Amino acid sequence: MALKELSSLEKCLGLKKPNKYSTQGEKKVPVLQNNQGSALVGLVTIASHLVCEAQRTELLGDSAEQRAVVQQWLEYRVTRLDGCSKDEVKVILKELNQYLEDKVYMAGNCFTLADALMYYGIHHIVMELAVEEKERYLNVTRWFDHIQHYPGVRHHLPPVVVLRNRVYPSSQH
Amino acid sequence: MKLFVSEGNPHCVKVLVVLELTGVKCDVQLVNHEDKVVPFLNRPVLPVLLLPSGQHLFSPNAICQYLFEVGGKEASNSSSQFLEWEATELQPVLIQALHMVALQGKTHDAGLVLKGSLSWLEQCLSKRRTQFLTAETVTVADIVLWAAFYPILADPGFSADLGELQLVRDWFERVGLIPACVRASQKVLQGKGLESLKNFLKKQPTPHTQRKDSQPSTNAIETEDLDPAMTEEEIEATAQAWCKGLPDCPDAPQRQHPILPQEGKRNVLVTSALPYVNNVPHLGNIIGCVLSADVFARYGRLRGWNLLYVCGTDEYGTATENKAREEGLTPREICDKYHTVHSAIYKWFQIDFDYFGRTTTDRQTEISQNIFWRLHERGFLLEDTVEQLRCERCQRFLADRFVEGVCPHCRYPEARGDQCDKCGRLINAVELKEPQCKVCGQTPVIRTSKHLFLDLPKLEGDLEQWLERSLSSGDWTPNAKHITHSWIRDGLKPRCITRDLQWGTPVPHPDYREKVFYVWFDAPIGYLSITANYTSQWEKWWKNPQQVELYNFMAKDNVPFHSVVFPCSLLGAQDNYTLVNHLIATEYLNYEDTKFSKSRGVGVFGDMAKDTGIVSDVWRFYLLYMRPEGQDSAFCWADMALKNNSELLNNLGNFINRAGMFVSKFFEGCVPEIVLREEDKCLIAQVCWELKQYIQLLDKVRIRDALKCILNISRHGNQYIQVNEPWKKIKGGDNDRQRAGTVTAVSVNMACLLSVLLEPYMPTVSVTIRAQLQAPACCGSAMLAADGCFLRSLSTGHRIGTVSPLFQKLGSEQIEALRKRFGGQQPEEATHAGEVPIGTASSTAPKATATAEPATNASVSAADPQRATQLAAAVSEQGDKVRALKAQKADKSVITVEVNKLLELKKELALTEGKNPEPSPQKGKKK
Repeated sequence: MALKELSSLEKCLGLKKPNKYSTQGEKKVPVLQNNQGSALVGLVTIASHLVCEAQRTELLGDSAEQRAVVQQWLEYRVTRLDGCSKDEVKVILKELNQYLEDKVYMAGNCFTLADALMYYGIHHIVMELAVEEKERYLNVTRWFDHIQHYPGVRHHLPPVVVLRNRVYPSSQH
Repeated sequence: MKLFVSEGNPHCVKVLVVLELTGVKCDVQLVNHEDKVVPFLNRPVLPVLLLPSGQHLFSPNAICQYLFEVGGKEASNSSSQFLEWEATELQPVLIQALHMVALQGKTHDAGLVLKGSLSWLEQCLSKRRTQFLTAETVTVADIVLWAAFYPILADPGFSADLGELQLVRDWFERVGLIPACVRASQKVLQGKGLESLKNFLKKQPTPHTQRKDSQPSTNAIETEDLDPAMTEEEIEATAQAWCKGLPDCPDAPQRQHPILPQEGKRNVLVTSALPYVNNVPHLGNIIGCVLSADVFARYGRLRGWNLLYVCGTDEYGTATENKAREEGLTPREICDKYHTVHSAIYKWFQIDFDYFGRTTTDRQTEISQNIFWRLHERGFLLEDTVEQLRCERCQRFLADRFVEGVCPHCRYPEARGDQCDKCGRLINAVELKEPQCKVCGQTPVIRTSKHLFLDLPKLEGDLEQWLERSLSSGDWTPNAKHITHSWIRDGLKPRCITRDLQWGTPVPHPDYREKVFYVWFDAPIGYLSITANYTSQWEKWWKNPQQVELYNFMAKDNVPFHSVVFPCSLLGAQDNYTLVNHLIATEYLNYEDTKFSKSRGVGVFGDMAKDTGIVSDVWRFYLLYMRPEGQDSAFCWADMALKNNSELLNNLGNFINRAGMFVSKFFEGCVPEIVLREEDKCLIAQVCWELKQYIQLLDKVRIRDALKCILNISRHGNQYIQVNEPWKKIKGGDNDRQRAGTVTAVSVNMACLLSVLLEPYMPTVSVTIRAQLQAPACCGSAMLAADGCFLRSLSTGHRIGTVSPLFQKLGSEQIEALRKRFGGQQPEEATHAGEVPIGTASSTAPKATATAEPATNASVSAADPQRATQLAAAVSEQGDKVRALKAQKADKSVITVEVNKLLELKKELALTEGKNPEPSPQKGKKK
């Protein structure tokens, strides 16, 4: 799963030569064997490394503050979102929905790695949402729809249909 | 900038160390564990750094990284790797270890839990020759890891276990000597070590010994139902009841027509709104009335109620006359033709009517005229002359839908003679601004004509009395209550019940010989006359409110006719009529992100569903799953495929098939012996709880919600099989084999229960499962009796039949092809978010499939006949101008300019017409 995601990220970043990854442990943590000897371990570490390789460091945030916010959501993705339980999914959707209420992107005013990895990580959840749930988490859905249509992001994942009109009265929730 | 920390919270150690180490200026505020600092997070989280921009950082590691960066030290790849490891791998085991040591005193166990992480760190250190983790100086990685380990490694009871991990111990001591570390740990733990963490740890959710496997992504958040909290006694009782098996019960009696009310039984009369004959019903119509009523009727029969379900086509009215003229047939021929179409569609959808009739019968005339006379005799009819629009060219009065114009209330340009689609208000045709004959486009004139009115204000008192009783004792959907209340609140006015038409029930009064009843008066009487065509003893149902409970199913636009107008007719007739007890109204169903439209070919209509290759049961399932219950919903192809593949195939079908296959493959087709363990009893209790939910919900006609219970049961079943792995155990020793047998037998009995619960929703699938399991016929009535009880219907030794898969996957290509096929020619512009009223007994309410969409886009002025007329005029004018210029042999450049103008106008006209959903009568004029 994480490997597919990394290869999509490579394409998204415009890296020509695909890297070879392996995984380690029960949780299948991705490992990147690079030429400099030591291996890189962990999705966030590897993804950040790829961004630097592609010389797109703006995707990690364009100021110290933004970089911290990006890091924080990357961590949220791998600690909270990955492998979360059924009940936890609702908490996460609720938190993200509140967070995204006044935001277009996860961090700052432009697309960052946090958007990409959060999108890859939450895709299977949004995919399963019923129309009514998509509306309950309207801000997440809006952000999600935006990111899945962001040029070059989607790759290995099927698009999720998002209705353009609201079908449920908002007062219900 | 402000840092929020709390005492005794181990996560705060690292940020305080880093803050001091980097010397970044920042206020530190001490708060309680429970203080919610970050507004968007559900649980209180600390530490939190409030950034100058007003954003919150709530991840301790991100805070540390940020402080380091502001302090002038960039993070490297390798330190970020340590941070990721700390967050994803170390923290989960660490919090568990802290729990064990501080709250449970299990120092040894904690050592085991941490062993892996510590030796990993030892390895990392052994590969390096530097003083610290990534460099010769302290980096953010050292602080984060040190602070994470500190509370536990510094605990005197624990240090012994560090034993061979020499490098870790050295590194730990080296970092610990940094003054910032000393002070920060003192501040948070106050020298009390683990003791100080107790309060914090108690507030945290108990960590799991094993990290729970993530749920398979499907249905990760399916239900909101709280799991039942059951006591051990309850579980035991449920299990015992289950073990007893089926009571001796006679086979369910066959239905014997005619069904009549019986003394001492629950006598339920179910009607669904009569579909208007001249339209092929679309999916919305189907789910809105006939299908919903069918599920409820099937459920009621299973529950052993004495139930009659009637419906039929509504055939009188102007729309039929229109259609007849269009197709060159008589109205009667049109009705015959379309009645057959309707019957075929409902048959395909397996709508199990006890009788499906029609309104154009002698009984209809008889009963309507009887009610009319009774109302007349009792003085509930008023006479008045009415101003009516008449088209001189067509030589007729323009009732209802024969006239269009601008709405006097909201100025919507395409309001019809009886109602405005935009604001929903009822209109008197003469109030329309700029009226036009729909047939020829001519402006009609106002003429007077004498008509009869039902005196609703006079009946209002009786109505309110009855409503109060019915609303409080029956199950009315909230929208039905709401709509009814708002009608009463607005005050009732006399309503005209006669019309200047031919195709209708003739008014028997000699002064009104040329007139017929207005459909809204006439159509609901169809329920009575259709029943009368079913049995001559119809009055046992319809004049028997003491014994009969009446359920009306409809879409919400039809509510006022069933809750106010028709009851007034019946109350006024004073003939002990049965009035509605439970009024069940659905909301609207949309199609993809637009609306159903026959003329544009958008959406799936009843007669096309079977050509999709998707079986009727799957259609039923998805429509019911999406039933606009309480809220509007939308039909979406991709979603249909998803629900089919995830719910039917992977959940429900998978479980039932596996249960059956295990019996066939491992136990020669005979249900094995059962030795229940505690976990089996819990499962049985859980299933039983879902069954009771199912019954409670369906008793209240919450059809969509009850379907979720079925899916929950099979989800429990799948989990049960997954955990117990009977396919492995069958290869083991005697104990394992016995276990495999128990699991299989419990599962196959659950499958049997599912076949029963599925019957109202997916009748064919239900029959197939029962045949595969050779289930006893009476198991359904036994388990659904009273408030429901899960019983062991397939006893040990019961032989099942041949098991085969129940569902097929819907592929994405197949679905995409269907989506395109039924997508119509969608305009390039954003589709309008229109809605379609569904399931209407259309003569009593707007037939919206063929009505125009709201003109939300003024610049394109979609489907605006007036704009089209203007444009057509402009085109012809411009054409004349060009011809004149050419005739004068004018300068070529001048002609080109004018020709371009003409082309622009033509393009605009085409656009306007292209979006017009109705074959516009204006078209003829343009030529």
